[in-house]
Amino acid sequence: MKYYTYFPGCSAEATAAGLGLSVQAVAKPLDMELRELEGWTCCGSTPYGSLDELESICIAARNLALAEKTGLDLVTPCSSCFVTLYKANLHLKEHPQLMAPVNEALAVANLEYHGNLRIRHLMDVWLNDVTPEVIAAKVQQGLNRLKVAPYYGCQMVRPDYGFDNPEFPQSLDRLVESLGAEAVPYPLNNRCCGGSLIISEESLALGLLRKLLENAVDNGAQCLATPCPLCQTNLDAYQSRVNSKFKTNYNLPVLFISQLIGIALGIDPTSLGLNTNIVSPNRVLDHIYKR
Amino acid sequence: MRSFVEEVAATPGGENICACIQCGICTGSCPVAGEMEYPPRKIIALIRIGMRNEVLSSSSMWHCLSCYMCTVRCPRGVKPTELAHALESLANQYGFTIRRTRTPAMYRSFVSSIKGNGRVHEFGMMFRFYLLTNPLAAVKMLPVGLKLLSHGRLPLKPHRVEGREDLAKIIQKFREVTGSQ
Repeated sequence: MKYYTYFPGCSAEATAAGLGLSVQAVAKPLDMELRELEGWTCCGSTPYGSLDELESICIAARNLALAEKTGLDLVTPCSSCFVTLYKANLHLKEHPQLMAPVNEALAVANLEYHGNLRIRHLMDVWLNDVTPEVIAAKVQQGLNRLKVAPYYGCQMVRPDYGFDNPEFPQSLDRLVESLGAEAVPYPLNNRCCGGSLIISEESLALGLLRKLLENAVDNGAQCLATPCPLCQTNLDAYQSRVNSKFKTNYNLPVLFISQLIGIALGIDPTSLGLNTNIVSPNRVLDHIYKR
Repeated sequence: MRSFVEEVAATPGGENICACIQCGICTGSCPVAGEMEYPPRKIIALIRIGMRNEVLSSSSMWHCLSCYMCTVRCPRGVKPTELAHALESLANQYGFTIRRTRTPAMYRSFVSSIKGNGRVHEFGMMFRFYLLTNPLAAVKMLPVGLKLLSHGRLPLKPHRVEGREDLAKIIQKFREVTGSQ
């Protein structure tokens, strides 16, 4: 059993409830224990950093200080939390002149950060600690060559964290294949979904989403799989908006990779939050469950 | 008085601006360059000739999606994504009025949700954003909201976490220590 400190991120209990549920559901069968960081607050977030970079680093530092005390790696399934926490950690280590005021502020809550924490994306943990080979060996119910378009999004692979290539990533393809599914070629697999600008600049984001859906369908995908909560929400919840804007007819389920892993491990659909998916995945999953 | 380019270079994220050779791979890699008033290569050129008002009141950096494609491709390590965040921070700090984009209002709603709850409460954040910008647009978004709600993905009540009071104290202290308002 491997132990980690777990940072779910705000969306894992709301818009990406399916992610939060499925990540915890697959942990134990994969011999991992994800211990939720007690008292965690917002990671710092890109919007906060855009309005006030230093203050957002200070907010991130509160989580880093809490996590450092646990002595375990801090793992998050949220790509946006990952990029924010990772960057804040790096910035604090590289700029000792910032560490001092941050620690002065943290002291009001009896906290101190020493710069000894390792921050990891859950994908990195599955890939390098668990490994696709071990996951493949634990598969109870193979995915029967389900055609999956592996969608990485941006912030899991960029700027550069060393566990995958920033422009030609492969980690998700390997995980998908380890479950007995087929990873179809997906050239736009790491192009942007529009991120949070889906709220403020909807038409711009819908154009990007349309390209992603089109590219997946053109390559024969029956569904998309992604690790990112924001990518999933945009592609799933806004798919009908894409259809009404562009007069298209997409009906492509968008699953979290953790949900696909869970299905292959034989975990029941409710525990994986499959009922939270807006474009129903039942149609494509029937030939797995009814075999 | 220091020049605008020096001001940008002194802002976190803007440090490497002087290394730019205007090759344009940033603009060529940007998924939304076509929608920007000043695409990345051009905005760097404008900063270096001192067009402070034009740059800080433009909507360009607020269109940045933080996809980091320009950052991984830049041969000079300029990090245009971080530069966009630096420009947003400066525009926000000096109270520039930014037209043709609702992203600043969205970001402010986001931050105010964090400060109130300790975490982002997505429903509250969106509610505030539409109230600030265009309440009528909220009607258009109702179907998406209802789908999220009926699938258990949009809790109406915020989850006020224990750490939120500590967080507020930390922010307050950080502002005192660094001398920001």
